Amino acid sequence: MTAPLQQTDAAPAGQPEQPRRRTAVDDGDAAGLGRGRAAAFVAPAMLLIAVFLIFPAIWTLYLGLTNWRLTGLAAAEPEFVGADNYLDALNDPAFRTSLMLTLAFVFFSAVVGQSILGFSLAWAFRRLRQGIRTVVETVVLMAWIIPASVIAFLWIALLARRDGTLNALLGTEGTAWLLEYPMQSIIIFNIWNGTAFSMLLFSSALAAVPPSQFETAKMSGAGTLATLRDVVFPNIRGHVLTNTLLITLWTFNVFAPYLITAGGPEGRTEILGIYIYRVALKEGALGEGAALSLIMILINLVVASVYLRLLRERKT
Amino acid sequence: MAAITTHHLVKEYPGGVRAVDGLDLTIDDGEFFALLGPSGCGKTTLLRTIAGLESATDGRLHIGDRDVTDLQPGQRQVAMVFQDYALFPHMSVADNIAYPLKIQKVDKGERLAKAEDVGAGLSLDGLMARRPGQLSGGQQQRVALARAVASNPQVFLFDEPLSNLDARLRLEARTFLKRLQRDLGVTTVFVTHDQAEALALADRMAIMRDGRIQQVGSPREVFARPANTFVAGFVGSTPMNLHPAVVEGGRVSLAGTSLSLPPDTAGAVTDGQKVIWGARPEYLSWSPSTPAPDDDAVEGEVTVAENLGASVLVTVNAQDTLIQVVVDEENEPDIGARGWVRARPGRTLLFDAESEELLGASPGVPTVSAGTAGESA
Repeated sequence: MTAPLQQTDAAPAGQPEQPRRRTAVDDGDAAGLGRGRAAAFVAPAMLLIAVFLIFPAIWTLYLGLTNWRLTGLAAAEPEFVGADNYLDALNDPAFRTSLMLTLAFVFFSAVVGQSILGFSLAWAFRRLRQGIRTVVETVVLMAWIIPASVIAFLWIALLARRDGTLNALLGTEGTAWLLEYPMQSIIIFNIWNGTAFSMLLFSSALAAVPPSQFETAKMSGAGTLATLRDVVFPNIRGHVLTNTLLITLWTFNVFAPYLITAGGPEGRTEILGIYIYRVALKEGALGEGAALSLIMILINLVVASVYLRLLRERKT
Repeated sequence: MAAITTHHLVKEYPGGVRAVDGLDLTIDDGEFFALLGPSGCGKTTLLRTIAGLESATDGRLHIGDRDVTDLQPGQRQVAMVFQDYALFPHMSVADNIAYPLKIQKVDKGERLAKAEDVGAGLSLDGLMARRPGQLSGGQQQRVALARAVASNPQVFLFDEPLSNLDARLRLEARTFLKRLQRDLGVTTVFVTHDQAEALALADRMAIMRDGRIQQVGSPREVFARPANTFVAGFVGSTPMNLHPAVVEGGRVSLAGTSLSLPPDTAGAVTDGQKVIWGARPEYLSWSPSTPAPDDDAVEGEVTVAENLGASVLVTVNAQDTLIQVVVDEENEPDIGARGWVRARPGRTLLFDAESEELLGASPGVPTVSAGTAGESA
């Protein structure tokens, strides 16, 4: 560098593109409708939320406090049992096992599998020609939109011990994938099933990264890893969080693996949704099932609030 | 420091569009060089091909004595400043400036010291800890420039460097850029569609159309002696008067008036040849007084007067040929007034009516150095 150059734009540079915070006057009546009419506008939505979300949650809470059963005496006249169902559930090793299975399932199939595969596909397809891209995206999307029952049938056919497609392809005739590797099977099934969402989300996120930033990295001689670290991830951090939040919740609550393994063998794939189904509907302990459901809702809320906090931190 | 040379450079996009069409161009060491042309003329593609962001379909590209045609952008020792500056929003100003050094694995203390040093030279001291979002447009541009400077390149490439600034800031940034380039002495190529910007900044410029170079020359050469009617019409803040005329008896017949030939076209035209007469409005004058018989004056009537500030752009109708004249503010004629348009001696041009190429020029204007302009006249 040579001698410092005189800066000349000091004065007009004062009109910057600095983010201007709007200082709204918060008198609780931003739209100028008056509280009564404003409430009337919101009421229908509130009513729907109350009927379909809040009331069932409270009802679940109540049911969880009873010994209500599907059949028998307790079905006709359920008794109030206090927090017994909740305490039993938390102390039940079967519940804890199921919870651990669920965490492993969520971590490997959603957080690791769907996110990484979805991002990799989006990254790889970014430069493909529109035609090829549309074809591949459609194929991946199919896995997402085909009904779960159909998909389950396809996967059972794929993994079948005798005449299964996978065994035919690998030349491993007689391998019972669903018995020998049940958890791995439903993890891969779930990755396959849900990757389309992550792929689409990351595709649009990547398209929104300014091309000139990619090119600046390229001009500086940055390789793929440096480009991902310095250009891509800082730009799509919000998308990564949103994606992880959504697929974590979806995968946590998923029931489709039941159609393939029914929770077996020996409960090795009994993730939380399937466990609750067994307790509440197969064994008929509706009260205990309700208690478990409420615990599951609470876990969802905790996960969601952690992500939302991360998202909010990003914005400030 | 290095010169840039292209040998029959071609960039063809899928579908057969030739954005750059067989270009031979030499940009000298240390030169501030403008690529000027309307949108779609291939100027940005040429810049990106020099950068390595587009690969050449054919031909060779040299920077200094290195053949860089097949090198990756990162290996070309070229720095580019993008139109939107392309600053990384999550990095501080210092980290942005030091980014190319980070990629080159210069250690942290050293690269931040360098960033501090370069930033100070561009009046960015005190802003080093800020994020790009907290800077004004002009400051952002200087950060982008500092990042280019910090990587110590042999060549700077600027893509529309001033287009993201508001009008007032643009003039200041223009002066600033020119001084910076002169101080650093690094070969610089910039792309612009604004002829005033090219004239103001460049040591030399190339005017492009449809992937081909129309003319290469200094701003003065290009302004005074455009190689063809396209360049004549494109360069200049008021469009050049270009009117069909005929050579008759060693003179030019325009709008019913016989004008003398521009001196050095005498041998270049034949009697009866159809030509295009060209004169910049700035080089014409308006007078209400009757001319002497040997005066080259065209009679007409004032139809429109457009105020340009210190001067007025007057449109004169001479037998349905509309001639535009720049008139001093004090002499603004009334609409409907009759009078005479005179050309400043030696400032009119003749173009061939068919090829639209320049036929000759009056003495007193510099001649284009041949050899650098691949497709020029």
